[in-house]
Amino acid sequence: MLIGTNYQRLDGRAKVTGAARYVDDLPQPEGCLFGLTLRSPHPHARIDAIRRDPGYDWQGITVVTAEDIPGENVVALMTDDQPVLAAGLTRHVTEPIALVAAPTRQRAAEALKHIHVDYTPLPALLDFEIAQDHEIKIYGEDNVFARAATLRGDPDALLRDAELVIEGIYRVGHQEQLYIEPQGLIALPREDGGLTILGSMQCPYYIHKALKRVLGGVDFNVRQTTTGGAFGGKEDYPSIMGAHVALLALKAKAPVKMIYARDEDLIATTKRHPAVIRVRAAVDPKSAKLLAVESQMIFDGGAYNTLSPVVNSRGVLHGAGPYVCEHVRVTGVMVASHTPPNGAFRGFGAPQSQFAMERHMDRIARHLEMDPAELRRINYYRPGDLTPTGQRLDDPAAEEVFERARAWVEAARRAPAPVEEAPGGRGRDLARGVAFVMGFHGAGFTGNGESGLAAKVDVSLEGDRVLIHTASIDMGQGIDTVFPAIVAETLDYPLDKVSCAPHDTATVPNSGPTAASRSVMVVGGVSQKGARQLREALRAALGAGPEATFAELVAARSPEAPPLRVRAQYDDDGAIWDAARYWGDAYPTYAWTAVAVELDVDRDTGEVIYRRLFQATDVGKAMNKVIVEGQLEGGAVQALGYATLEEVVIDARGAMKNNRLTDYIIPTTMDTPELETAIVEYPFAGGPYGAKGIGELPHDVPAAAVAAAIEDAVGVVLDQLPMTPQRVLAALMMQEEEA
Amino acid sequence: MSITFTLNGEARAVEAAPMDRLLDVLRGPLGLTGAKEGCGEGECGACAVEIDGRVVNSCLIPVFQVEGATIRTIEGVAGERLTRLQEAFLAHGAVQCGACTPALVLGCEALLAEEGQISRAGVREALAGHLCRCTGYQKIIDAVMDAAEDKR
Amino acid sequence: MSRVYRPKDLAEALQMRADHPEAAPLAGGTDLMVTRHSAPREAYLNLFNVEGLSGIEVIQGGAIRVGAATIHRQIACSPEIQRAAPILAEAARVIGGRQIQNRGTIGGNIANASPAGDTLPVLLALDAQIEVQSAARGARLIPIEGFFKGYKQLDLAADELITAVIVPDHHQDALYFRKVGTRAAVAISQVILAGRVKRVEGRVIEARVAFGSVAPTPIRAREVEAALIGHPVDPRAADALDVHPIDDIRGTAVYRRAVAHRVLRTWLRAL
Repeated sequence: MLIGTNYQRLDGRAKVTGAARYVDDLPQPEGCLFGLTLRSPHPHARIDAIRRDPGYDWQGITVVTAEDIPGENVVALMTDDQPVLAAGLTRHVTEPIALVAAPTRQRAAEALKHIHVDYTPLPALLDFEIAQDHEIKIYGEDNVFARAATLRGDPDALLRDAELVIEGIYRVGHQEQLYIEPQGLIALPREDGGLTILGSMQCPYYIHKALKRVLGGVDFNVRQTTTGGAFGGKEDYPSIMGAHVALLALKAKAPVKMIYARDEDLIATTKRHPAVIRVRAAVDPKSAKLLAVESQMIFDGGAYNTLSPVVNSRGVLHGAGPYVCEHVRVTGVMVASHTPPNGAFRGFGAPQSQFAMERHMDRIARHLEMDPAELRRINYYRPGDLTPTGQRLDDPAAEEVFERARAWVEAARRAPAPVEEAPGGRGRDLARGVAFVMGFHGAGFTGNGESGLAAKVDVSLEGDRVLIHTASIDMGQGIDTVFPAIVAETLDYPLDKVSCAPHDTATVPNSGPTAASRSVMVVGGVSQKGARQLREALRAALGAGPEATFAELVAARSPEAPPLRVRAQYDDDGAIWDAARYWGDAYPTYAWTAVAVELDVDRDTGEVIYRRLFQATDVGKAMNKVIVEGQLEGGAVQALGYATLEEVVIDARGAMKNNRLTDYIIPTTMDTPELETAIVEYPFAGGPYGAKGIGELPHDVPAAAVAAAIEDAVGVVLDQLPMTPQRVLAALMMQEEEA
Repeated sequence: MSITFTLNGEARAVEAAPMDRLLDVLRGPLGLTGAKEGCGEGECGACAVEIDGRVVNSCLIPVFQVEGATIRTIEGVAGERLTRLQEAFLAHGAVQCGACTPALVLGCEALLAEEGQISRAGVREALAGHLCRCTGYQKIIDAVMDAAEDKR
Repeated sequence: MSRVYRPKDLAEALQMRADHPEAAPLAGGTDLMVTRHSAPREAYLNLFNVEGLSGIEVIQGGAIRVGAATIHRQIACSPEIQRAAPILAEAARVIGGRQIQNRGTIGGNIANASPAGDTLPVLLALDAQIEVQSAARGARLIPIEGFFKGYKQLDLAADELITAVIVPDHHQDALYFRKVGTRAAVAISQVILAGRVKRVEGRVIEARVAFGSVAPTPIRAREVEAALIGHPVDPRAADALDVHPIDDIRGTAVYRRAVAHRVLRTWLRAL
């Protein structure tokens, strides 16, 4: 039995010895040029002319502008609103205007300074909260990229007539993914006249889809290299960057490499969407049951649509939290602003909307003067309950994660974590707080998205080795280990004889993006199906009976036999989903969590010092306990950064002002609590061995747990992220003044 | 200029401009790509190497300053077998994307080589200059504590 | 391409300093290497591993002489400094991460003259003296307070180098250090407080209250010191504090002023 045990990562040895090669580590191809991007300094401007300094020596320098694009000037993601290179108009600061390739980075940087762009600045609309229907048009007639709404029952009547209606407004800011390996891609001209795009990415087929439109008839393939973290940041962004390297390589007829320096990566690439969310709830004061819930969210999409409609949708579908209510309306509006486009980031709208709902639950408890845990216990989903889209849930997982977290919090109150002396004199006037909140996350694509995509995976036998050919990539989360384990387990075959083949669009079928907490649950399941098909194909080829094991079949086959390869495809799971009404089975299944945080607030400074974080999380079935804990722990700490440290400061042009790691600060070892993780397993029949997708869930609610624990510690109520020391202290000082 | 030093136990000489960053010299002419550039300003620690027994960020070292020095990079840590710490990293799941890992391993090895008892708080303090975005650090600290068992 | 001058020892370094005033002194490089591209210098004068510039020694009166090129890690771990001036060891312990502490030097921290330099308020609180030398005029000792003349401006002639810091023995005084940096480690300080109080029969006879990150230079809060002198410690002396920090990308003036007052009050309460 392999599944559920702690077999080691297949790429671990290469990573601990430094042998693993990331895109910038690959041997420099002969004649490789370095590419850089000229970016707009204006949030909104007409581009009147792009001029090259005639006095500069352009020998050996390749310059690309929109005019050089052989195909269409569009980044094909969901809509076609974003150009690969701005032509005539720029809609956000940092928008790519022109590209340069030169033999060295220094030379390219110098050449960039000799391209002059004439702009006529136009009035810019930076504030998304006023962007809807604004006279300055960014997208369409109303500056709305997407709307989504769910409605169950009749919330309006209750919200009008109920005895107790509680309203709150919640705000969340940008967040940067901050993968440690910056964005990097290489375009390599092939001997046949085509191109190979290789580098750090989540979704080879997204780049493939985009480049098909941009490159006209040029043939190309896209190959992932060892990817040093992504978290959604390498889901949509590499599509535009891939177009950039490809265009430079085509024009230069030479390999071109682009590796973003950190300051460029921070200022130019996508972030988590800011949002403002208004929640109203009608509550029965006697039973503390939610009678009606309405959540209205507005997200800042930035200047272009990217994948924002899906973020909006996922935000809405998680907006009422893991609580049952018969009368619910959740609405989301994704609006445009003249700021750099926001994009995919772990959680995809759910961290924003669940922060609001969890804070709102605490607000209700405050009103009712009751234990917030008890309020949650009364309202969380039980088996048989219906979600706001009418989906019936049968997992009893909410109860278990709730009970585990409640018990943990009670124990933490009895036996608090000790205060250790911290260097620098931190923490001399401390107040302790402990609290927990709940969350859930729909795993896989929304509605019948999986059936529509029909993810494909090839599994092949080459000699005695089994190879899995999939477009799902390993960005650190362990795909290249867990998929082989699923296949090895299915075939009862040694893990060291199974591996993922290179993730290259030339050789792997489209398994869909590495996103949406879908890889193990959906694509892992297709891999398992492929493994079974391979065994059957091998049996058929050898004329063997059903009793023969896979290992026996392999042994019976000639070692010289050509590779045997099968293709498996996702079966329609029968999800019933009405996309127009937002009604039906929103997700194949949900994973559940309860997150408790124990912290100290420094009353002098507003600093939050984390002591312990506990999470009880339902994962369906852990494919590998250590790897799944790693996902849960890493996601939770990323969420702690979101909670108290990470603030994207925007200047008057809409640009990130603090685009350095000295100023955009993420948690260090010293900022991180001891993490305790309880894995709960309520298997999902549709996932391999019962697995549910959990990649995003750990980011959804820790920030709300922190807010609740701060409230427990010092009694101040914070409804805005991030809860920086400045915001915490401002609240404390206001409280002192009132007292 | 020509600069000579000991690199992972071998005498080496390299031609470079004096103010070139050690990181670039290691990754370029010397072909050692285990040290990564994560930020280029000494904040993330992904480029850490050991110079004369001390772990430093190689993005902040002008190469002329390593004349005559003894340098160890991640490539010089393991022999034929992984070290106790590297094994612990694998066993505990301290590795995910791996971008911070090589430098972090060096930082942990240096810590283990120090005198005295090792505590979790001490490990946290010693590793604060290594940013990891994947793990939440728990498993890294577990791995170091496990590897430190041998010292006790 | 920048030129680099590489002296063997201090004497040669001083001569090169006089001969090449355009060369920026470069020790651990933890500040200068960051601005190598954005603000390149035409030449650098190496001070790392130069004989006679580093090391910690106890001199007359129990004072400690710390060579300018001594790295933070050595200061943090020095038993002599931990005894005579533990707040200096503490400040060195929280500058950057271990890799920065292993390379950055105290002389560099002083020469960089950042208002947020972590050791600087500590040196103010300790009445440290800066030893500077030139080939032409030899050594002079400057009380730290007069050394910071304005934002990034030092009392240092073009031919002079910072060669050491002299820290008196204050182990009998009450000492305090508090760094507030938003993040728990590897943080640029929002407020630094360093304090020292000498009492006789319960009354304060000497007080030093120094702050970093609240003014263009590290400063002493003389108004608070004056309020403390002559009586037992009264936390209300904190209310005399009059600092005027600025807004920047890392924090607001309002926050810094409030935090300076509050951490000071907490210290005084604990005394």
